[in-house]
Amino acid sequence: MANIRLIKGRIRGIQSTIKITKAMEMVAASKMRRAQERDLQGRPYDTKIRQVLGDLAAAQPPDSRGSHALLQPRDTVNSIAILHITSDRGLCGGFNGNVNRQTVNFIRSQNVPVKLITVGRKGRDFMLRFGFNVVAEFTGLGDRPGLIDTTSIARILTDDFISKSADVVYISFGEFVSTAVQRPVMKQILPIQPMELQRAQNVEYIFEPSSQLVLDLLLPRFVEMQVFHAILESIASEQSARMVAMRNATDNAMELIDELTLTYNKARQEMITKEILDITAGAVTQ
Amino acid sequence: MATLKLEIVTAERLVFAGEVNLVLAPGIEGQLGILPHHAPLMTMLIPGELVAKTGTEEFAMCVTGGFLEIRPDKVVILADACEREEEIDLERAEEARKRAEEHLKEATPGVDTARAQAALLRSLTRIKVGERRRRRTHNP
Repeated sequence: MANIRLIKGRIRGIQSTIKITKAMEMVAASKMRRAQERDLQGRPYDTKIRQVLGDLAAAQPPDSRGSHALLQPRDTVNSIAILHITSDRGLCGGFNGNVNRQTVNFIRSQNVPVKLITVGRKGRDFMLRFGFNVVAEFTGLGDRPGLIDTTSIARILTDDFISKSADVVYISFGEFVSTAVQRPVMKQILPIQPMELQRAQNVEYIFEPSSQLVLDLLLPRFVEMQVFHAILESIASEQSARMVAMRNATDNAMELIDELTLTYNKARQEMITKEILDITAGAVTQ
Repeated sequence: MATLKLEIVTAERLVFAGEVNLVLAPGIEGQLGILPHHAPLMTMLIPGELVAKTGTEEFAMCVTGGFLEIRPDKVVILADACEREEEIDLERAEEARKRAEEHLKEATPGVDTARAQAALLRSLTRIKVGERRRRRTHNP
């Protein structure tokens, strides 16, 4: 019977889908682990730079605090820049959609022009399709970007801020909470908020050559670090979202196979019964 | 003998962590020799060789710049890039040096030259630190 062969074909098709989704799940799992590890390895630098900056900011005389351009909030905000981080590839559940939605909602709630700097193909395509103002885009960073790949992104943000073509800079990305949970997060990175910098301990440092100079060089580095970490975290989120999506796909496919196998067996049995009936009917008439 | 804790971190990884007796670092205002109970100090590093000594061992590293924080019992180095002596790829550094020299010849004055000069300095530092090790391993 043609019907039986059809079902058999579908089962085979779904089985090969399972192979693909399973493989993707495992690849995503290992990539996620790697991204997480790299993020963790960068943590000490991150905590250190915060402590040092906190000490430095506290060491500045009060009237000059915030005198550095990157620390200075603007009185009026005339334009906003957002660094929008998504992935290059799809098949990762609602990961990119969630980040896109967050950014769009944020843009809609603002009454000043917003421009976007996008990282990742998915976010760029989405923003361009809906006619948002994308001024710069970065794609193809890969699964293991180095600090060098991300410094140019940070440079654009700081340059925009200093040249006053943006008065506030936000960063929008998928924060990695756990393997199962990724949360879209919108964070202000420029001007640098003092509360981001914790004061570590009461030590009076000698600064060489001067505290101002050390601060001047450290602050841009801090922005670079934040961008780098956001991108790494986004990669970890993307991979874990993909892992979960692929596991669900595998589960669904298996369920489908179970159902199809049942129908297949039923159809097969029906056919056998029919054949036996035919034979016995034939025997009786003879 | 008194020791101090040395931590060297880059944005990408932890390069070194351990108890040492002496740290020699290329500070922007000159070479620094740091012993335990040093006064708190914050300074910047220039490309150069960084050496940490314990009673028995000596670790040489190559830094390309960064920040140095000294506390009486602890030294923290936030390096831009840092490699342990044994990790240095001499061939790559040599290539980088040649590239930088060529750039210097062709480059128009300004940003290009500054960048090429910085690259040249970085590669020279790597070569210097790397070769010292090679000499040592060849005739101990």
